[in-house]
Amino acid sequence: MSVAQIAGPSASEVPAPPIHTISLFVNNTPGVLVRVALVFSRRGFNIESLVVSPSAEGRFSRMTITCSGAPEVLEQVVKQLTKLVDVVHAIDHTGDLSYETEIALLKLEAPLDQRTEILQIAEHFKARVVDYGTDSAILQAHGSSEKLDAFIDLLRPFHLVELVRSGKLLMVRGKRIT
Amino acid sequence: METKQTTGGEKLIQCLEREGVEYIFGLSGGAAMPIFDALLDSKIKLILVRHEQGATHMADAYARSTGRPGVVLVTSGPGATNTVTGLLTALMDSAPLVVITGQTPTAGLGKDAFQEADVTGITYPVVKHSYLVKNARDIPRVVREAFYLATSGRPGPVLIDVPKDVGQGPCDAPFTDELDLPGYQVPSRGDPGCIAEAARALGESRRPLLYVGHGAVISEAGKAITTLAEKLRAPVVTTLLGKGAVDETHPLHLGMMGMHGTAYANKAVVDCDLIMAIGARWDDRITGRLSDFCTEAFKIHVDIDPAEFRKIIVPDVSILGDARLVIEDLIPQVEMADSADWLRQCERWRKQYPLKYPKQGGLRAQHVLDRLDAITAGEAIITTDVGQHQMWAAQFCRVRSNRHWITSGGAGTMGFGFPAAIGAQFANPGKKVWAVVGDGGFQMTQAELATAQLNKLPVKCLIINNNYLGMIRQWQEMFYENRLSGSDLEGNPDFVKLAQAYGSKGLRIRRPGDVDRILKEAQAYNEGPCIVVAEVVKEDNVFPMIPAGAALSEMLVEKPRHRLEKPEGST
Repeated sequence: MSVAQIAGPSASEVPAPPIHTISLFVNNTPGVLVRVALVFSRRGFNIESLVVSPSAEGRFSRMTITCSGAPEVLEQVVKQLTKLVDVVHAIDHTGDLSYETEIALLKLEAPLDQRTEILQIAEHFKARVVDYGTDSAILQAHGSSEKLDAFIDLLRPFHLVELVRSGKLLMVRGKRIT
Repeated sequence: METKQTTGGEKLIQCLEREGVEYIFGLSGGAAMPIFDALLDSKIKLILVRHEQGATHMADAYARSTGRPGVVLVTSGPGATNTVTGLLTALMDSAPLVVITGQTPTAGLGKDAFQEADVTGITYPVVKHSYLVKNARDIPRVVREAFYLATSGRPGPVLIDVPKDVGQGPCDAPFTDELDLPGYQVPSRGDPGCIAEAARALGESRRPLLYVGHGAVISEAGKAITTLAEKLRAPVVTTLLGKGAVDETHPLHLGMMGMHGTAYANKAVVDCDLIMAIGARWDDRITGRLSDFCTEAFKIHVDIDPAEFRKIIVPDVSILGDARLVIEDLIPQVEMADSADWLRQCERWRKQYPLKYPKQGGLRAQHVLDRLDAITAGEAIITTDVGQHQMWAAQFCRVRSNRHWITSGGAGTMGFGFPAAIGAQFANPGKKVWAVVGDGGFQMTQAELATAQLNKLPVKCLIINNNYLGMIRQWQEMFYENRLSGSDLEGNPDFVKLAQAYGSKGLRIRRPGDVDRILKEAQAYNEGPCIVVAEVVKEDNVFPMIPAGAALSEMLVEKPRHRLEKPEGST
């Protein structure tokens, strides 16, 4: 479960396997996260990001998981997830019309002579400065994961000290369920 | 006077009574004491085992021989971890099991208390579902759900972990029939469109084949499948676990297919133009090298578990539903197939490649099992362990009726056979029950001789003793230049004396001429357990054989003269 994998520069020449976003609607009970994670690990799937949050009904939770892998293997993963008694539904949203977003927090050293440039980049990406100290600053950006990737890459030369990303959130547009 | 309040343990046992539980197979221990205490006042009979693994296999075979769930009760920590092999065995073979484990009191959870193990954590990958009951008021719902989950849909093991304070403390929750399982659906009838498509394909087929698995046994689909086969005039093959769904002496039955299946069954699989899987999952023992498996044949897949579709092969038609209901809906839509030539071809194969074994050169396991088949005449329930004897039993014991053949297929659990026979005997007191085991597997759970003897069970255990882990030795002979590593069981005990030490009957077969007399003596013995040790030829091999990872067409009907490459497939 490494965010660094999607945040890091992609030096590889081999085309990366497609990224899938799966949403799960699950019972809000202890152990459900482990059961879900085991389906991925058994197949040797690396989870790229995972967001667990309450749903509109308190007894259920929502999980949004991004992972990469071959589509036919992913089909099995989704079926095995669906088979879990605690999973009400599991849907692979690859190719669906949906709204996706993510939040990133970046801590930079931000010395005086670089601050203007950092702020220009931040402004361009509509990022906010949420903490401004004498020797560091925290920027908050949101948007698609790809946009955040680009933003982070641009700021990497400016002494990026820490990076925290929320993981992708997704909601299907219209009347179809997420 | 103060009325005594019901404890969680008592409530749990009352819930089990409500589920119709007749036997609990278990071993007591500290954390499970409140539950064991409640058992004393219950009509449920406790079968005290000598090792928890034995309890799980007994409950498993109790379930497989009846269709009713088997129940296990053990304590926390090592008591619970000893059930893991049994859980895997039940999960792989879809057997309905409810395993109740005692647990450290809730206040001590996660604090390395004495005999604490994270049992739900350890068992996640080997259960259909599991519960950690942290509040006694959940007991009635959890038990109801556990039994429903274990037995419905694709059956499987469900674990209930009960901390000691939950079992000891008060429980005033009422019984309930309500299920709170929004994420669980059970398919029943198949989609009419898919069934019609299957019927159309069957109508066009000239060389149809029905490939029958454990799902057919579980859904009691055998009668419907026999009707379908007769109406279509299509031959039937089964998996190892599908044996008995359709009477193996039926003229359309070609026996077991796969790695050690009959040559005629495998030839039929290679040459069919349509294969219909009924409650079978295209296991690697069945398909051999997948890229060469039935490449030209039209594939129909009937299964109650949607995750089985497209897992191994991509079917042309998949029908989600209960095997019996699907086949019953299919029967009126099919016509007799134009399969006369095909059936003649299958009969030619049957004559050309019969199962055979040398009649000279000492006592052969095949001979013993051939005679066991004759003497039991399809009336006995046969359980097996895992290895050469299992494959020979599968080849020579023709199972005539459903739930009369119990073996560990998916997990291949050595030590399964003997306790399984005990469980099946408890469930079927009026039947003869034979365990066919090897000397290796028997020793893994032989402590259950005490359980069988204590209960005076007339269970029979035939040990095919070659003083080897025979299947491993066979592979080492065939693929590893006969470099025997860890397969020689030098130091085996005298199994007849071992039986006698427990007060059981022990018989020995040394010569081919002894076989019928001793088997009949054991068959007639009803006073308690009877161990029959067949001292068979040490170095014998199971054929036919498809080396793991090879194509079905590369089947060896006898030992090849040339050296073989190491197989690519798993084990």
